[in-house]
Amino acid sequence: MYVAVKGGEAAISNAHKLLADRRRGDRSVPAMHIEQIIEQLGLAVDRIMSEGSLYDRELAALAFKQARGDMIEAIFLLRAYRTTLPRFGYSNPIDTGAMLIERRISATYKDLPGGQLLGPTFDYTHRLLDPELMGSDAVEEPQTREGNDARTPRVSEILAHEGLIEDDGDLPDDHQTGDLTREPMEFPMTRDVRLQALSRADEGFLLALGYSTQRGFARSHPFAGEIRIGEVDIEIDVPELGFAVSLGRIRVTECQMINQFKGSAKSPPQFTRGYGLVFGQSERKAMAMSLVDRTLRATELGEDLTAPAQDEEFVISHSDNVQATGFVEHLKLPHYVDFQAELDLVRRMRAEYEQTHDGETPDDDGLEAAQ
Amino acid sequence: MTDAMDGAEGEAAPLSDVQPGRQEAMAIFARASGKELADAWGAWPDRPDVSPLRGPETGLVMVRGRIGGGGAPFNFGEATVTRATVKLSTGQVGHAHALGADTDKVRHAAIFDALWQDETSRSVVEEKLVGPIRARLEAEDARRRNETAATKVDFFTMVRGED
Repeated sequence: MYVAVKGGEAAISNAHKLLADRRRGDRSVPAMHIEQIIEQLGLAVDRIMSEGSLYDRELAALAFKQARGDMIEAIFLLRAYRTTLPRFGYSNPIDTGAMLIERRISATYKDLPGGQLLGPTFDYTHRLLDPELMGSDAVEEPQTREGNDARTPRVSEILAHEGLIEDDGDLPDDHQTGDLTREPMEFPMTRDVRLQALSRADEGFLLALGYSTQRGFARSHPFAGEIRIGEVDIEIDVPELGFAVSLGRIRVTECQMINQFKGSAKSPPQFTRGYGLVFGQSERKAMAMSLVDRTLRATELGEDLTAPAQDEEFVISHSDNVQATGFVEHLKLPHYVDFQAELDLVRRMRAEYEQTHDGETPDDDGLEAAQ
Repeated sequence: MTDAMDGAEGEAAPLSDVQPGRQEAMAIFARASGKELADAWGAWPDRPDVSPLRGPETGLVMVRGRIGGGGAPFNFGEATVTRATVKLSTGQVGHAHALGADTDKVRHAAIFDALWQDETSRSVVEEKLVGPIRARLEAEDARRRNETAATKVDFFTMVRGED
């Protein structure tokens, strides 16, 4: 038996040239600038940064352009790029209470301090296609009203006083913050590592799992306590300076999900919480993340394990779309030898089968009907 | 090791009284545009010679969040960061860090951090650079806050009936 192992080189090179041509498309149409992608397709850029787990709008926009708009390919490019860079260190934890807020809503308190700020939302639009955007769209300047720069407390800080809602999640004092870019995954996980995995997880996967919990598979009775989107300052401690320096700001979306909880052997009746924190403006993902964070706390809270969204190993192991696409898509690579071996095996099994079932050849008519 | 640490402390000690000002200037440089810093350096009179001590180099910082917003830290995701350290012919050593991969911007920021530490040029750096950039950033923040404020929901109650 002969299996070809060479000969793809010219084909691959020409395929890549063709890819470059198709990516560019009709040359009479102007090429897109990175700035245009950042400014006008900003939510795509945000999603690439979130699932690529790398905040850099220029690189994410470049990846989007290079990947012809294929999100997972763009995310893959960003993940590959990050492996070429040295790690300078860890930032101080961001303070979302000090956020420059661009949107902030609560579905639990109408009159919360700081108010309900709708911001640039698709909510309440009629989802009608706007033919004016087919041409050049001249857009009015937004309205303004005197705002204030006071710190806007998170809804969880406001609710904490009553004692009916659990605190922000703490871990033991001697706990070293886990980092799944540095250490292999181990189950069961601590909540910090789980949140890191969920924050870079595939939005569609989290959305589907979150939805499954709403439909009754590990129901968690959620309320969107608060969603906020805006910019937070990033600081790192620089040992040679002896003080923290600010690196600039990044945009994040935070969701505080509040869940009714009837209590268990481990915890009294109270409101429990799920947390979502995502790069960029992405409240769908932040909401889904907080639903899944909450259901993955089932063991901690003494709940019965009944549904896929509660199964930490199942959820976290399949949440990363770069890993998932790698394994699914590898199936298209040559498996000639594996297949020849299997073909040989199936031939032998068939021969044995026919020997033992001598004279009982399958009914041809029956087979056709089944097909 | 001990010598190096003593040296570092010796260097840091005299800075402590001016540290808040320097920290703020560094934060402003980190958020400045590349052009603002390049133009200011281009127009700087009697530019000292600059020698690089480190970088500019681009790497990653792992950004941390807190569980529930205020609980235990967790690793949220990485960001690209560029850093540089320069030494001026006048002796000052300047550091800079900023999000992104703009090496020219960060090199200029390190130069201005060094110039800020020189008492003879500090007021000029503050006046020509830190002040105007801070004013621009504050105006942009105020504009964004005001645009967001216009989307605030003003609830009102419909009163029905006579009482």
